[in-house]
Amino acid sequence: MKEFFTVAVLVGIAHSGIRLAAPYLFASLGEMVGQLSGVLNLGVDGIMLMGAFAAFYVVFMTGNLWLGLLAALIVGALMGLLMAVISVTMGAEQGISGIGLYLFGLGLSSLLFKTMIGSVESVSGFSTLRIPVLSELPIIGPIFFDHSVVVYLAYLMVPVSWYLINRTTLGLKIRAAGQNPEAADSLGVSVNGVRYITVIYGSAMAGIAGAALSIGLLNVFQENMTNGLGFIAVALVYFGGWRPFGILGGALLFSTVNALQLWAQVLGLPIPSDLAVMLPYVLTIIALAFAVRQVRQPAALTKPFERGE
Amino acid sequence: MGKSRTSLSWDRLIDFLLPIVAVLAALLVGAVLLLLLGENPFTAYTVLIRGSLGNVNGLTQTLTKMTPLLLVALGICIAFRGGMINIGGEGQIILGALATTAVALAFPTWPRWILLPVVLLSGALAGAFWGGIAGVLKARLNVNEILSTVMLNVIALQLMNFLLRGPMLDPEQIAAGTNIAQSAALPKQVWLTRLVPRTLLHSGIILAIVLAFLVYLLLWRTTIGYRIRAVGLNQSASRYAGIPVRSYMALSMILSGGFAGLAGAVEVTGVHHRMIEGLSGGYGFSGIVAALFGHLHPLGAIPASFFFGALLVGADKMQRTVQVPSALIVALQGLVVLFVVASEYYVRRRSRRRVAVNPDEPSSDEPTHLGQEVIGV
Amino acid sequence: MQKRTIWLLALISVLILVIAGCAAPAAAPAAPAAESGGEAAAPAGEPFKVAIVMPSTITDLAWSQAMYDGLVAVQEEMGGESAMEIAYSESMFNVADAAAAIRDYANDGYNLIIAHGTQYGNSMFEVATDFPETSFAWGTAVDTGKDKGYENVFAYEANAQEGGYVNGVIAALLDESGVVGVVGPVEAGDAKLYIDGFATGAKATNPDIAVNISYTGSFGDTALAAEAANTHISAGADVLTGSAQQVVGAIGVAKEAGVLWLGTQSDQSSLAPDIVVANQVYDWTGSIKDMIAKIQAGELGGTVYTLTLENDGLKIVFNDGYATPDEVKAAADEAIQGIIDGSITPLAE
Repeated sequence: MKEFFTVAVLVGIAHSGIRLAAPYLFASLGEMVGQLSGVLNLGVDGIMLMGAFAAFYVVFMTGNLWLGLLAALIVGALMGLLMAVISVTMGAEQGISGIGLYLFGLGLSSLLFKTMIGSVESVSGFSTLRIPVLSELPIIGPIFFDHSVVVYLAYLMVPVSWYLINRTTLGLKIRAAGQNPEAADSLGVSVNGVRYITVIYGSAMAGIAGAALSIGLLNVFQENMTNGLGFIAVALVYFGGWRPFGILGGALLFSTVNALQLWAQVLGLPIPSDLAVMLPYVLTIIALAFAVRQVRQPAALTKPFERGE
Repeated sequence: MGKSRTSLSWDRLIDFLLPIVAVLAALLVGAVLLLLLGENPFTAYTVLIRGSLGNVNGLTQTLTKMTPLLLVALGICIAFRGGMINIGGEGQIILGALATTAVALAFPTWPRWILLPVVLLSGALAGAFWGGIAGVLKARLNVNEILSTVMLNVIALQLMNFLLRGPMLDPEQIAAGTNIAQSAALPKQVWLTRLVPRTLLHSGIILAIVLAFLVYLLLWRTTIGYRIRAVGLNQSASRYAGIPVRSYMALSMILSGGFAGLAGAVEVTGVHHRMIEGLSGGYGFSGIVAALFGHLHPLGAIPASFFFGALLVGADKMQRTVQVPSALIVALQGLVVLFVVASEYYVRRRSRRRVAVNPDEPSSDEPTHLGQEVIGV
Repeated sequence: MQKRTIWLLALISVLILVIAGCAAPAAAPAAPAAESGGEAAAPAGEPFKVAIVMPSTITDLAWSQAMYDGLVAVQEEMGGESAMEIAYSESMFNVADAAAAIRDYANDGYNLIIAHGTQYGNSMFEVATDFPETSFAWGTAVDTGKDKGYENVFAYEANAQEGGYVNGVIAALLDESGVVGVVGPVEAGDAKLYIDGFATGAKATNPDIAVNISYTGSFGDTALAAEAANTHISAGADVLTGSAQQVVGAIGVAKEAGVLWLGTQSDQSSLAPDIVVANQVYDWTGSIKDMIAKIQAGELGGTVYTLTLENDGLKIVFNDGYATPDEVKAAADEAIQGIIDGSITPLAE
């Protein structure tokens, strides 16, 4: 057996963990905004698949990565619009409409893939951007400053989301819509209008999360390539207690443990692989139960709002 | 008086028909997709209906599919009524199936009348245990159940992978050196009776329907059921009324997991006769959809899971006969779910208008709008 | 409001009538046929009907696609759709659904029904009992049920370890860092055979080489497979391989990092022409053709087909886009010959 706790391995684990967390960050931070305003969107995985396909297809045809990212954003937003019409305007049960949206996205992305591309292909996606000077730093450099552009973008979304929620009027309205929609309404906030914005925004982020996979990290598209990643992203919102930095912590914990178990396997530690794969899931639950200070969920989460008479 | 009665039942009929209209609308969108793929939608939908309902073979497949759906849906009714969102059905089914298999293989000589109830019960208990983990975590440590059930699904899957490749691997497979990941075959006395020869339909369907009535009695005719629903409707009021809210939250998850576990047990004893991979196959999620189609009412879950089972079976036939990609079928299911859930909007609007016109009409005991009262925690 | 209600009802009735109208005439003649089931032997002139039930998709670039491509190749050889019909059911990850599909195909009079996954075995045998006139095949397996009285079941398997060994030899020769990596799905079956063979081949060529192996715990977790590839690269691997449909994620990463890749199951060269060196390709056409010939001669089962390098069921296909050094190709050929003549055992004891 090889040495496990060497600097190189630890750097490798941290580096992997940071990269693995990126798609979760996009999806979870978007979902968080929706939930803060009172809408639970369980369809993230389906939206991610649509985003992943849209981005991949555009890059496959044009080679323009930013156009691909934009396509994912638009397709994600459209899926969000559908979710908003059904869950906000029509006040549908959010748990079930989310599952419907998931199935729809899963099916449609595969169908489009089959008819428009037909076989697994690859594109050249966002490449690694070594940040000058900083990436030369020992340990810190290789861990933090040696990633794909989409990874930096994902981490940039953490403070941006924090600012949006805590320092803008819109953020205030979002939280009001999720905590006490009646009061918000009486103060002249259009609760459902705010919810439209958040759901569409969150879904656009989920679309980007899919693009981060298909044109950022993997550079291929395959049917159901997310394999349930979107559901983990929803779970991480609860882990993070609807706070951007909490979600960052959750995503990093989950991803780093996942990286750890991969490294443990790669270096031949004698653990059955099935049990190693379980590790991040088990630890996430334990960490939330015993280590993380928990926050009450937005009072109006999953409750549609309709103006009283 | 008489007049208002008729108009009431007329209204009820419309409420009943609305979801059907929604399904038709979804199929209409699906027809456009089919046309785009160059297929004739009429042919396709004829296959869908005929394949699931039009002959003995299709009908038995629908009923076979309905069995686990209904069992999971019953558990979902309890959990959602108790204010808990259980999306851990997949994991609970797996645990139930694993326990059923382990117990049946441990006591192969016991007679049927003891062994069969024991194995079904152990399946239910294992599912209850898996659901109970999420329930207790929520009740004691305030861990959100969506998070824990999502994670527990993956853990159960990997646990199954581990057990089926090691401790529970069929000794015959080891002897033959083929190592196919499955358990040994269960003793014949725990096999559920096949109701129609040359089909998979087994007596589990009867069990599921009987249990639907029992769950109805539990939820609406017992104190426990009343309290579960009270906790789901309004936690602080329940607490004020002296109900131990946390215990009841845990209890509803335990019961819910129990039914999913039983679904796993019934699949093992009724369909596969051993533990295999791919046994849970999405029932944990489809069961939620079936439960919500049935308005979270145990008796409503019976036609709802029949309908949804028929849709799934018919859609598979459509894939086979018309040879459309399976992806279209998945998308179509998603559309049906979306359209039906959206159609609730009209049901609600109509019921509100009725109340506005006639304030004496008792507001329905079963909220037409499931989620907003029930799920809000 | 009343008006709207009536409107709705009218609309529904029309729709129901339309659907019923379509269903009724078609249903009448079809019903008895569906029940009679089992009259499988096709009269001369009718196409030979093959159905396949598979866990993944026909475009998965791995296990399911390999078989589907084989069927299509045989179809072309036999003279197109008029000579051989292919029906397939994809994404049958739920075994009960697969069981229903197998039974339906049997009911519909298919001559040969392929259950393309070990997990379908039990269901297939159950249907095979009810349809003794229909042929079934399943894999990877070696059990045709002969000892239990079945005469209508074929089984097939691939000696994945053989190509795994050859790929291991190629990897060890191309490797410069002393480390090669394997991205596995679930530690069992075909994937495990391949990976064990790969490790044996690599070690036999270079006893000092480190073969790092990881499993993702899933066949379809493309993202984790990609990260596994990243991990292997960070751990020093400069040649990678892996199995199942998830590997497309790993290939994407390998391509980006300029690390070499060795494929298995299907030809994966097209995905990354610069870095894919060679693939072990499963060629089922020989087995399928033999099954069809046997069935047409009245022999409905009992044979186990094993893809090997010797019978050309397994092929090592080099990617023309990558300039593989001649001495590496020679060593691969030598390994192939050694496995065929028995001087090399691809699985270490």
